[in-house]
Amino acid sequence: MSLLDIENLSLSIGDTPILHDVSLTVGAGEIVGIVGESGSGKSMTALAAMQLLPEGSSTTGSISFQNQQVQGADDALMQDLRGDDMAMIFQEPMTALNPVQTIGDQVAEGMILHEGLSKADAEARAKTLLERVGLPSNRYPLSRYPHELSGGQRQRVMIAMACAQSPDLLIADEPTTALDVTLQAQILRLLRDLVAEQGMGLILISHDLAVVAEMTDQLVVMRHGRVVEAGPTGKTLKALAHPYTAQLAAASSHIPKRTKPPVLTSEQTVNPLVQVKNVSRHYSQRRQSFFHKSPPVKAVNDVSFDLFPAQSMGLVGESGCGKSTLARLVLALDAPTAGDIHLDGESLLTTPPAQMPALRRKMQIVFQDPFASFNPRHTMERAVAEPLYLEPNLSKADRRDRVVAALKEVGLTASALTKYPHEFSGGQRQRLAIARALITRPQLIVADEPVSALDVSIRAQVMDLFTHLRERLGLTYLFISHDLGVVRAMCDEVLVMDGGKIVERGPVDDIFDNPQSEAAQRLVEATPDLERALALRNDAA
Amino acid sequence: MSFLRTALKNRSFTIGFAITALVVAMAAISFVWTPYGVDDQRVMEVGLQKPSLTYWLGTDNLGRDLLSRIMVGARNSIAVALVAVIIGVGLGVPLGCWAASRGGLVDEALMRGNDVVFAFPALLSAVMITATFGPGAINAIIAIGIFNIPVFARLSRGAALALWKREFIMAARAAGKSAPRITVEHIIPNMSNLLIVQATIAFALGIIQEAGLAYVGLGTQPPFPSWGKMLNEAQTMMAFAPHLAIVPGLAIVITVLGLNLLGDGLRDVLDPKLANRRPAEGDA
Repeated sequence: MSLLDIENLSLSIGDTPILHDVSLTVGAGEIVGIVGESGSGKSMTALAAMQLLPEGSSTTGSISFQNQQVQGADDALMQDLRGDDMAMIFQEPMTALNPVQTIGDQVAEGMILHEGLSKADAEARAKTLLERVGLPSNRYPLSRYPHELSGGQRQRVMIAMACAQSPDLLIADEPTTALDVTLQAQILRLLRDLVAEQGMGLILISHDLAVVAEMTDQLVVMRHGRVVEAGPTGKTLKALAHPYTAQLAAASSHIPKRTKPPVLTSEQTVNPLVQVKNVSRHYSQRRQSFFHKSPPVKAVNDVSFDLFPAQSMGLVGESGCGKSTLARLVLALDAPTAGDIHLDGESLLTTPPAQMPALRRKMQIVFQDPFASFNPRHTMERAVAEPLYLEPNLSKADRRDRVVAALKEVGLTASALTKYPHEFSGGQRQRLAIARALITRPQLIVADEPVSALDVSIRAQVMDLFTHLRERLGLTYLFISHDLGVVRAMCDEVLVMDGGKIVERGPVDDIFDNPQSEAAQRLVEATPDLERALALRNDAA
Repeated sequence: MSFLRTALKNRSFTIGFAITALVVAMAAISFVWTPYGVDDQRVMEVGLQKPSLTYWLGTDNLGRDLLSRIMVGARNSIAVALVAVIIGVGLGVPLGCWAASRGGLVDEALMRGNDVVFAFPALLSAVMITATFGPGAINAIIAIGIFNIPVFARLSRGAALALWKREFIMAARAAGKSAPRITVEHIIPNMSNLLIVQATIAFALGIIQEAGLAYVGLGTQPPFPSWGKMLNEAQTMMAFAPHLAIVPGLAIVITVLGLNLLGDGLRDVLDPKLANRRPAEGDA
């Protein structure tokens, strides 16, 4: 008997069809993965099972949970089931918790509501639950508020809440996408253990094939609201029978074609493009009391490295290790508290303001989130031309020519000029962000997680674009990421950061195949890897 | 034009817009035409009259037509409130943006200064200012305007602080743009919705405050008509001529109601989260 049975589910919201004939089953103790790209309908399928669809949705087909028809069931029945028998974890732990309630109250709430426990009993249970998810109460008392916890810890609280009633079915919608790899590995291990302990069914929604390959028993591949392939995970991913599954697999382990890393001439090694010397950035904290000054937070602590022309350097580390702060320092968006940074032989600290535009022209940035990196009220012509502010003597026609040239460089046409950011897809916007960075013809591009918000197939395209541009224009990259796969595909050398310091440096293959420092070992071990995961599986035919 | 079309689907916007347009039109028409002369005193011939077909809103004890006085008084109310809002926006928004972009001591000093101004009840302080510098429309404008400054400063500081953390601002900084330039190009356009709504509300408050000052004799001076002044004059005759108080009172209530509805409607229409005008982003 299966736990959840979805048969021929079709869904439309308003006049827009979202799902077509989706069928899937989840058994007790079984982990079912749903993979697909943005807009494939994977989240909507999960929401339909919980009957949490947005207003104006109409569905046909059948959804039965424990042999009970939930499709079209009234709110009273669903409220009884939700939280008690089926629970859900969301992607964004920052917004899924109530900021004004303590974590103890939030975990206990469901038990008081569904099981009628007294407050004291519920709190005692909440304590054991939080301990189970790795938040022991001696270090993380129940009286903590969500803002006092990190992202990974909040996700643990979410899981504790979801598991409070020992649900029979748990739906996890991209539970680790907002977390870095080491936290992701911890959370996934926790979920797997909970499934084994409590014998519940788990639906794991993810865009990451490697995660799904490691975790799940059954796999459902979705595209455009349809199930394109379903079956046992190992078998499906090894056979790659359906072209779309094969395409996803290829994209997720995509490595851009590139020529050998450039051999640096002796002249180049003498003149690094970027020279970071003993740089520190300390932030002062709020005083503990009038008499006690808090010790400063050492976001970046005595870091030195050189970056040579046409080199592609990766910068990896867990969240909070100081990699973004270091990037801001290199871009002169923030000033170090100690040390100095030279770009092309000139100090970022002592260059007079009048000469700064010339220096800034040589370096540009590409951000992670293509949705947030453009002013929603500016047309693309204006947005992409923004860095040309550094070249005040251009005529209007010249500016437009430069914008068009930059768009062409990233594979877009002049028709983009008059459009607004929301008219583009995520991948197109990231191309536009790259065009904006290219427009001053810089030598250095700092890319802060430039592909981590993109779908796998688009990610592959953007990675190709980066590689192509580097070879064509001789660009130097400082490539920040927590995704080792991306760094390995894109970079020649890598810097590993931990606690504000650089703990390891070397050629990518050396470091990832044979990590020396503890931080690098942690990262390598935690990174999901499709091939490794498949090799470990024994269910492949 | 498409903005107006979406906006007119919102009921409070439509009603508020209609009322506000009516009041503004009344004030505008009064420059070229009023039913009777505003200051024509005809104590003997006309005297105090109830509303009738000849005098739509009645006349006062000096035989002056109330409708004419309401129309001309609208000019005064609108002018005082509008200029007070302009003072508030003109000084408050730059101060708030400056505080947000500089942070640290500048921010702290400006915001504590704000708190000091906020600590005084606005109308009382306005009375104090006009009493010190003499009654009159100009001083009323200044008194009301001063209390609009911290309102707009605080609002724009909060909005600007949130915007400064966005990535497109970081991109502008990477392009070497200065803080004032980023403020003008990126920050202010992205908080204009908030400012428009707040300005509408401050405008309504300004009308009430102007009427309050005029009522206690510290606003516009006679013979120029003002709604607050008319209320004051009606006081002694309330018992036998209630329309003298009801007419200017209603004028104030309706105008303020119209502006508040307009502000409410604008907030709903301009808030992209409620308007659903953008295509859905991310996973469906």
